[in-house]
Amino acid sequence: MIRLPSKYALPKSPIGMADAALLFGLFLLFYTVAKVGSGFFVAFKPPYITPEVKLDPVNLPYYAIRSTIRMFIGLGLSVIFTLGYGYVAAKYALAEKVLVPLLDVLQSVPVLAFLSVTVTFFISLFPGSLVGLEFACIFAIFTGQAWNMTFSFYHSLITLPKELDEAAKVFRFSKWRRFVSVEVPASMIGLVWNGMMSFGGGWFFVAASEAISVSNRNYTLPGIGSYVASAIAVKNLPALGWAIVTMIVLIVLVDQLFWRPVVAWAEKFRMDKSSASVQAHSWLLDLFRAAQLPRILNRYWRRLQRKLPKFTSPHLPVDSVLVRRHTKSRFRINNDLVFGIALGGMVVGGLVYGARFVNTEVGIRETGYAMWLGLLTFLRVLVLLVFATIVWTPVGVAIGFNPRLARIAQPIVLTCASFPANFLFPAATIIFLKLHIHLNWGAIILMILGAQWYVLFNTIAGAMAVPNDLREMATNMRMGGWARWKKLIIPSIFPAWVTGAITASGGAWNASIVAEVVTWGNKTLHADGLGNYITQATTVGDAPRIVLGVTLMCVYVVSINRLVWRRLYVLAENRYRLG
Amino acid sequence: MAIAPAPQPLLHVENLSKTYPRVDSGGSFTVLEDVSLSVMPNEIVALLGRSGSGKSTLLRSVAGLIKPTKGTVYSSGKPVTGPNSDVAMVFQSFALLPWLTVTENVEVGLEVLRLDHKEVRKRSQEALKMVGLEGFGKAYPRELSGGMQQRVGFARAFVVRPRLLLLDEPFSALDVLTAENLRGEIGDLWEAGHFPAQSVILVTHNIEEAIMLADRVVVMSSNPGRIRGQIRIDLARPRERNSADFRAMADHIYTIMTNPETSVAPMFSPGRRPLETTPLPHARPGAISGLLELVEDYGGADDVAVISDRLRIEADDLLPILDAAVLLGFAEVRQGDVTLTETGRSFAEGEVEAAKRIFRSQVLDRAPLVRTMYEALLTSKGGRMRQEFFLDVLDENYSEEEAKSQFDTAVHWARYAGLFEYDSDEETLRLHEIEQ
Repeated sequence: MIRLPSKYALPKSPIGMADAALLFGLFLLFYTVAKVGSGFFVAFKPPYITPEVKLDPVNLPYYAIRSTIRMFIGLGLSVIFTLGYGYVAAKYALAEKVLVPLLDVLQSVPVLAFLSVTVTFFISLFPGSLVGLEFACIFAIFTGQAWNMTFSFYHSLITLPKELDEAAKVFRFSKWRRFVSVEVPASMIGLVWNGMMSFGGGWFFVAASEAISVSNRNYTLPGIGSYVASAIAVKNLPALGWAIVTMIVLIVLVDQLFWRPVVAWAEKFRMDKSSASVQAHSWLLDLFRAAQLPRILNRYWRRLQRKLPKFTSPHLPVDSVLVRRHTKSRFRINNDLVFGIALGGMVVGGLVYGARFVNTEVGIRETGYAMWLGLLTFLRVLVLLVFATIVWTPVGVAIGFNPRLARIAQPIVLTCASFPANFLFPAATIIFLKLHIHLNWGAIILMILGAQWYVLFNTIAGAMAVPNDLREMATNMRMGGWARWKKLIIPSIFPAWVTGAITASGGAWNASIVAEVVTWGNKTLHADGLGNYITQATTVGDAPRIVLGVTLMCVYVVSINRLVWRRLYVLAENRYRLG
Repeated sequence: MAIAPAPQPLLHVENLSKTYPRVDSGGSFTVLEDVSLSVMPNEIVALLGRSGSGKSTLLRSVAGLIKPTKGTVYSSGKPVTGPNSDVAMVFQSFALLPWLTVTENVEVGLEVLRLDHKEVRKRSQEALKMVGLEGFGKAYPRELSGGMQQRVGFARAFVVRPRLLLLDEPFSALDVLTAENLRGEIGDLWEAGHFPAQSVILVTHNIEEAIMLADRVVVMSSNPGRIRGQIRIDLARPRERNSADFRAMADHIYTIMTNPETSVAPMFSPGRRPLETTPLPHARPGAISGLLELVEDYGGADDVAVISDRLRIEADDLLPILDAAVLLGFAEVRQGDVTLTETGRSFAEGEVEAAKRIFRSQVLDRAPLVRTMYEALLTSKGGRMRQEFFLDVLDENYSEEEAKSQFDTAVHWARYAGLFEYDSDEETLRLHEIEQ
């Protein structure tokens, strides 16, 4: 049979423009990472000589890339941790009882408060080199990302649609196949979104942990955060400006080159039929899909996979666990009892230990004082929330009700939220010094700089989700002004607002560590608050006061979460959830 | 047991019971009770029953997805202890993996068989051809309509060539026309004689679907699920929905399904609180009224199968409404025919206020749960009581879900009758203002 090749059936050239661009991009990436990455290993130095940060803006790209590499290592570790911890917590009932509450506490603990502890720990692990500090910094990034992602993964695992679970069992998937083909894909969207949001928050931790003073010693890692710290120390305003510009470029680049493609790619894992409200697009992903090279590689990879089935698709035992949630009952009481006793023992032990600690190490007066400082910081967080709500909710609603505006505004707001507010602290400090504003008040403004965006971002999302029918109904019923807000807008954006406020308040507690002490050159401003207390104790290496301060901050944050946010969240879920 | 060495059953279910423990109250709830069933090679068995009859639980026990409390499932003579390798299942909601292409979805069950790549491709191409999806291999499920997605579901099951194919209401998530079409095609495949499975178990609540496809219909009763009886369908294939024999068979099964069992009472052991002597059928007053009006329009009496057909309502949805009408004394059902009572007629014809009055007196008279709740409220302080109290009592006789549904239905009826109100903010019941 003779078949005439049509125009479309002609073989395409194996490599096109898209492939050329892709190859070039990959080359650039490898080159940069290799070039910059070598710096990680040559910088072995005794602890007293820390690398000098050169303030010439020419060095900024290098520093920026160093920081970025740290961020991605942190992200990688977070993903590994997430998959392991989340899997174990979801699969083993007993582990679940310990791991999930623990995760809940870890999630609400302010990361920066622990910096002093982790820095000391990691440095002692690697004496005489900067590797310890590098680890400490990456660890801080990790702690800012991992808990959220783990929760998201765990939640996806336990809410895996029943029919998918059954299909996997009926068709006798191995555990590995189930993990790879069902469980991870089903959690992908949540993982990617949580990863992206916490990655954005991570710049703040990088900036704060690259240059830190612990026990009267200054530690510096080459990076954009330490660049800013040095600029502050020598009052170099132009350098600060350059750092801010670099940071913005960096955030936009990472978004365009990494997160956007990943988010757009993750769309294929969406399970509900309704597609996302705003379809994610990425030119880079389009490029990938247009290119031949990935497809060719994929084909070879599959062929290889077939040849080596033992290596690439391990036939682990078939997952034959019968529906767990119904069958664990016989030993339940026993387990509960053991668990209860263990937990009770730990609580009692903790209380006894705490009482002894207060008695012998710091004294009741000091404890009372630190609690008072905690209250002051709490009030700052409260003012911040009220401010962000009053100012940004109406703006967010206005933007959200205008889809075109929202499409433009949302990425901008997200960039603002990712931008490490501590880069702006020096500028604010100069203004405080000029206007003689006491940091007791100024700290509120500093905390607002970073945290407010979460309220705005979520309000926009909430307003966008209000069904058009409801808005038309309100117009039809001639609900105007306050009535419209009271009956329609506030209730319908309430869940989104709660989410935003929780994030903002978490961010603000973290920010208090760096916002309640600020320096400009040789001038240092202090605010009365728990953040300042912890920072000062860290700087001079006063261990009992560090422990006291960090513990108290955890107690504050966790109890506010339990008493206020948890309840508001439940209320929002039950009453004000639209659709 | 002395089974003749004649044909070995493909599947044998022996005295199967499934009881779920009630975590909070410490009691237990029985879904399946003492069910025995055999499936022979080359037959389609339909499990027919209302919701709560445990048909789905039975199917999942056969698949090895649920561990029975008592009894054993034997598949090809061997007891089933984990996922049963003799079966493949087609799910009501398709259960496709949205991130895999059609071909990848279909091949998903072949990995465990460790076939070589060529065989895998050959089988999946065959299966796709069989369900009419040739050329759709590279598509993602979301690009397909519901009917086509379920075809993928069938292909995925066919490709493993199971001895026993389990169909869990495979057509009920599809619209009427699509379902009819796909059902017909599956029937054709079976009749053509090279069906990729030896036997089939079909779970359904659609009586006509059961008659259309099955060689044997197993009728199950509810709360707890038991087998009420089996009916052999000897109609010639392909079956004609409008043939006299088909209609007669449908009528016969409807008669069985609408015929309440001799007595409901033995379900409840004596000595319990008398709050719930009769479970309320889950029907809304508006639906009851609508059904009665319809029957009235057709002269006050009608055939249940005809109603179901005319309204295109499946038995599962129609029967609770009918049950409610019977319970409230609005209608009588005999031999699959509905007849309105005098009260039912005046309820259907009356205007809103009058209808409510009739409803109210019937509910107080004949719906014990509502009456008990009403009386409890009358004697309570301030005419208020917590929802929890009633749920706790109901929990002793129903599954957690069913207890909540009983409560909800009682509240619906009472609200319509103007007896009492339910405040969902405070989770309390309170008497209607006039009563206080």
